[in-house]
Amino acid sequence: MLGTPIKIRGLEKRFAANRVLCGVDLDIPAGKVTVLMGANGAGKSTLVKIICGLYSADAGEVLLNDQPFSPNSPSAALQAGIVTVHQNINDGVVPDLDVASNLMLDWLANPKSAPLLNPTKIRKAAEEIAAKLDLNFDMNSMVSDLALADRQLVAIARAMAHSPNLMILDEPTSSLSATEAERLFRLVDKLRASGVAILYISHRMSDIRHVADRIVSMRDGTIVGKYETSPLDYEGAVNDMLGHTMTDVDIMVRTPDDVVLELQELQLKPDSKPINLTAHRNEVIAITGLVGVGKTQLTEVLFGQFTPAAGNLHLKGKTYLPKSARDAINHGVFLCAKDRGTNGVVQDFDINRNITLPFLSSLSTLGFVNRSAEYRITNEAIKKLGIVCQSANDDIGTLSGGNQQKVMVSRWLSHPCDVLILDEPFQGVDIAARRDIGAKVRETAKDRATIVLMAELDEALEIADRILVMAEFTIVGDHKNENVDLDLILEQVSGATTPQNLQKQKEGAAQ
Amino acid sequence: MSETRVNKRSMSIKDYAIRYGFVALLIGLVVYFGIAAEGFSSPHSAVFIFQSVAITGILALGVTATLVVGGFDLSIGAVATSALMLSAYMMVVLEQNAFVAVAACLLMGAIVGLINGFLIVQMRVPDLLATLGMMFLLIGAQRIPTEGRSIATGMSLPDGSTAQGGFSPEFLALGRHRFDFFIENLIPVSVVILIVIAISIWFFLEYTRYGRVMYAIGSNERAASLAGVPVKKYRIIAYMISGVLASVGGILLAARLGRGDIASGNNLLLDSVAAALIGFAVLGAAKPNAFGTAVGALFVGILLQGLTMMNAPYYTQDFVKGGVLVIALMFTFALSNRR
Repeated sequence: MLGTPIKIRGLEKRFAANRVLCGVDLDIPAGKVTVLMGANGAGKSTLVKIICGLYSADAGEVLLNDQPFSPNSPSAALQAGIVTVHQNINDGVVPDLDVASNLMLDWLANPKSAPLLNPTKIRKAAEEIAAKLDLNFDMNSMVSDLALADRQLVAIARAMAHSPNLMILDEPTSSLSATEAERLFRLVDKLRASGVAILYISHRMSDIRHVADRIVSMRDGTIVGKYETSPLDYEGAVNDMLGHTMTDVDIMVRTPDDVVLELQELQLKPDSKPINLTAHRNEVIAITGLVGVGKTQLTEVLFGQFTPAAGNLHLKGKTYLPKSARDAINHGVFLCAKDRGTNGVVQDFDINRNITLPFLSSLSTLGFVNRSAEYRITNEAIKKLGIVCQSANDDIGTLSGGNQQKVMVSRWLSHPCDVLILDEPFQGVDIAARRDIGAKVRETAKDRATIVLMAELDEALEIADRILVMAEFTIVGDHKNENVDLDLILEQVSGATTPQNLQKQKEGAAQ
Repeated sequence: MSETRVNKRSMSIKDYAIRYGFVALLIGLVVYFGIAAEGFSSPHSAVFIFQSVAITGILALGVTATLVVGGFDLSIGAVATSALMLSAYMMVVLEQNAFVAVAACLLMGAIVGLINGFLIVQMRVPDLLATLGMMFLLIGAQRIPTEGRSIATGMSLPDGSTAQGGFSPEFLALGRHRFDFFIENLIPVSVVILIVIAISIWFFLEYTRYGRVMYAIGSNERAASLAGVPVKKYRIIAYMISGVLASVGGILLAARLGRGDIASGNNLLLDSVAAALIGFAVLGAAKPNAFGTAVGALFVGILLQGLTMMNAPYYTQDFVKGGVLVIALMFTFALSNRR
């Protein structure tokens, strides 16, 4: 079934005084992957929410197979064959049910289904759904025991059982490792071959290069660029989305000062190889590597959340063994944690309260918070990082993702420290905000050691003086960020996936 | 991830309704009763209302502290009645003075809060279940020393002797003394204590870093912990505040009754939880807050007093309270969360 199942004409949407969509025209053809690019706040999410029934449009229409279509709920959209896989993977699955029940969830929720459950039948039907996509799951395992990537595959498989007209993938790889993303791409290829129209939203250029058949750029609520002819003009699409040309970042590698942090023979796991690492003042170190190679554990050791199996840490020449986050902060070691939604942002708080939360004791006398001092800090942070907001009292939830991330980073930049650790600071952040954050981190790095952890090598090249590669819970590569041998780094990144290990991973995923 | 931005300056009618709806309702209620119920708008009637809400208000402020850290305390009613029985036992049976009785009750409240906190934070028992268990435990425990009887001077004890002690005058003054305020003998001690506690808790939650941190825990415990907050300590402290305030309520009740009445205080839990939850709706806060809790307690008090003065039968009171609570919760959650 080829053709153009979805046509969007003159779609408009406003929230209070704020025009989010100003006349969007977009066709999404079947059997092709249409990538939608746009900076944070361009209106991508709003557009998706209208198509999948969460919002209603103020003007314009969506045509589904040339019929006007305005779903008033997500389930109405689902009935019509519009399937959305959300960025937040756990929104798509029920963790406390087994795989079979998750795959059959729509049947279970359908009031017309039989009231009594026949486990054998359900299992069989679920296996058929999985088999369509060549997925091999143990139907009895709990979804909560699955890795994130497998949960997402479960969600997609379940969605595919509806034989959809349109599948929307919203930042599907944002929590996945490279190998896991690879599996997802294979699935996308399969869906494309079966004639589904796919709308793919992502900030990651590597993803986009991998899957895109056509690219549509969005800025300030309108479509500003369409690229359909191969080879696709990726740079043109990025420039359209930003409204100006993005130059490459040129890193001036700086000379490191004295040693601040030293890791000696540190073992994250009893059987892992020891890590030796020295971090200097005036140095930005990027640690890159796949998801699940120990980057998180390393930050946890440095921030007092996890005791290493063996080894020593020295901070400014003294033994350093933090017992809690508070302890680490008191020693001058700050961590801007990954997954800001769960680990960083306090949703009920405004910008000001989010920024000053870790530093309240120094901002208060006898327990009373000195409000003028805290607003001074916050207003300075807002100005420095260019956080787009009305005032320091805006609720953090009203900010776009990129701006929320800026708030989180500026929180930890607001006070001087000896070691600043940033774990995945560019998660779900568009390229413009990413450059702002990267520049500010480098600009302020003079008096501290900075360690940035990320899965994407491109991001590491943009920010670091030195790039370390992690695999199998240890450091396998150390590169100065000048004329870097990219092939060597990539080899080291994937070094863990020798044929033998790959086999092990697959077994692990199937369990 | 919401990409919509709310413009705070242009408030719609709905925003006004969320923010001031409950306050408007409160004022409307006062005006209505002032006109319809004879004698409602007098200083004495106002003081009576305050007195009737003092004890539930104090308990509700304690629950508010646990709600702020994302918890809940179902044991407050039982703590209050335990404090009532304990103070009576201390004075009547053990013949101690008022000071010792009050200190013992406050200590008991703090220990119960500590145990609640320990169960919830260290043993990972869900808050509702832990405090429900504590509630049953306390209801049972307060009956054991007297074999289920109420405590009063001259009562016979399990060993056959008679209780010789009695409520000391200082203790009774806590429940019965009235301060002069323009009019002689106007303001009862309990009302003064309520006002002092309400202002302290409000100040604590809004203007100290401890309060700020407690709100952070309630909103995102993990983020607070990674920002260096000792989350466990704060959660235990919240339950201890709740326990101590509940025992203050129990002491005031004992001082008013002048005997260790086993059957009193049945409504304390539900009334104070209702006040704290109604507080969510005040000024569109949509979160637990001391000012809202105080207004919530006052609202319930005014409503009941007004209805009583208009000769509404007593058995309709719980129904009215329930209705108010449900409407207040609707205000809070349905309207304000849809931003």
